Amino acid sequence: MKDVKKRSLPVNSASTSSIDFTGPNGPKPKRVFSTRNIVVYGFLILAAMYYLLPLYVMVVTSLKGMPEIRMGNIFSPPMEITFEPWVKAWDSACTGLYCEGLKVGFWNSVQILIPSTVISIVIASVNGYALSFWRFKGSEIFFTILLFGAFIPYQVLIYPLVIILRETGLFSSLAGVTLVHVIFGMPILTLLFRNYFASVPVELFKAARVDGAGFWRIFGQIMLPMSLPIFIVAIIIQITGIWNDFLFGVIYAGTKNFPMTVQLNNIVNSTQGVKEYNVNMAATLLTAALPLFVYFVSGKLFVRGIAAGAVKG
Amino acid sequence: MFRNLHSKIAALPMIATALFIFVGCSLWSVFYSFTSSRSLPVEKFVGFDQYIRLFKSSRWAISIENVAIYGVCSLVFSLSVGFLLAVFLDQKIRFENTFRTIFLYPFALSFIVTGLVWQWILNQNFGIQKVIQDLGFEGFELNILSNRDYAIYAIVVAGLWQGTGLVMALMLAGLRGIDEDIWKAARVDGIPAWRTYLFIVIPMMRPVFVTTLVLIAAGIVKVYDLVVALTGGGPGVSSEVPAKYVYDYMFGRGSLGQGLAASTVMLTTVLIILIPWGYMEFGERREKKKPASE
Repeated sequence: MKDVKKRSLPVNSASTSSIDFTGPNGPKPKRVFSTRNIVVYGFLILAAMYYLLPLYVMVVTSLKGMPEIRMGNIFSPPMEITFEPWVKAWDSACTGLYCEGLKVGFWNSVQILIPSTVISIVIASVNGYALSFWRFKGSEIFFTILLFGAFIPYQVLIYPLVIILRETGLFSSLAGVTLVHVIFGMPILTLLFRNYFASVPVELFKAARVDGAGFWRIFGQIMLPMSLPIFIVAIIIQITGIWNDFLFGVIYAGTKNFPMTVQLNNIVNSTQGVKEYNVNMAATLLTAALPLFVYFVSGKLFVRGIAAGAVKG
Repeated sequence: MFRNLHSKIAALPMIATALFIFVGCSLWSVFYSFTSSRSLPVEKFVGFDQYIRLFKSSRWAISIENVAIYGVCSLVFSLSVGFLLAVFLDQKIRFENTFRTIFLYPFALSFIVTGLVWQWILNQNFGIQKVIQDLGFEGFELNILSNRDYAIYAIVVAGLWQGTGLVMALMLAGLRGIDEDIWKAARVDGIPAWRTYLFIVIPMMRPVFVTTLVLIAAGIVKVYDLVVALTGGGPGVSSEVPAKYVYDYMFGRGSLGQGLAASTVMLTTVLIILIPWGYMEFGERREKKKPASE
């Protein structure tokens, strides 16, 4: 990776150093404030400010009292820091129906997130493994259909799914919304695992076959231990994706089980009562906290996760 | 039949999802879009009536127009800005990781969060408008959220903020994949960097651009949450989008047939984008018989 970066700069004079000069030697010292540097860093810093601005506004707004918000402007830092909006957002903000705060949505989201993530990854990893090493007649066709399925607008599928869930008694339940997440997570995750297992040397698989290991044994004892990184990538994709979902939550979970995003939207966009912008922003930050945490902790793996679906395999 | 039995059993969820959900449910939706279903599906066929009603509806026309504006703006700006950011990040700069982290973090946030933040920033009483007026520009106006003509552009701005980081990341990966020798050769020939980018690097990155394009396009058709959170489709119906039209008719107004007809139109649009792409991508690869290096 490192030597890739050595390019497109004003020509580095290192290449002339092999000739034996008398006098000043070594590469030309770089100036810190060259025009190029000013343009590059200026552009990047401006862009960074644009990207950071909303986060900054959220944080300062959530720490102000309402009088201060009405008086000042959205960019000014809080004169008196208060955590009351945070407490209220978590504990007693109103969604229009009841006033129990975001904590209800938070726990609903957790209850949706954990089983959805686990089940979808288990299924997809086995699928990917089967598609790489145990192809059967038609397996590629099903896989292609699955991949195309990832592009079907959800709007086409939501109503038939409502019927299926209603018939099976899963509509308006946590199990129902979990099932929907498992279904819609399958294309991207299967692709991810298939591509990963495709890069595993087939000799490894053959050797295990010769030793008499079967489908599940090879999966459990050989493939699983060596595929930890890809599991982490899959977990990242699913956590952010499922936590951030709105559409499935609002349709399939039922009023009692609304996930955090739906509740957040109901709190902020409810038409009743005086708008409390500080509480709204605290609630928004609370909802954003988990994906942001995952993002900052995972770093490069996150990038790998989002690129996984994109860069062709 | 019994060869690879375990594999077949293991792939059952995938097969079921592919056949029953993606194929079966799509066909179901298309089928019932030709009926007069209201709050529940009924098999009373009315031909293309739902589609005629759909294309006569002014709300649908606005939705289409909005998604076109959103789509064109997103494509143009996210591709150009995303590429530019990637190029600047690729200049052997310091703090590359910090910058990249900053550009990409909005992508970790949901559209709901994105929409609500921008709703607050663009708030006409307290937001940017007020800040600039307070600086002395009394006549400054930026109340695009309450302006029928401009509300969709608020959605564009918010969408770009959320999604450009992804394009940047993909482009950066593409740039890093370009062979170092290309750059050396260009330098030896004395070609300026910008020309190298424009005439050599960008054509070489065609697959990355195409994939990014498809990803963005798929996202454009789906745009829903962002509109719900930021404008709620308002003022009036001025920032409605097709996905919201479908949802509202299916669940809000109890006009299932109409919603299904609209969703079928969405599906058709996606297929029109997707099939040439799939043909290009997979057709080409089959011709090449998979080079060993891949």
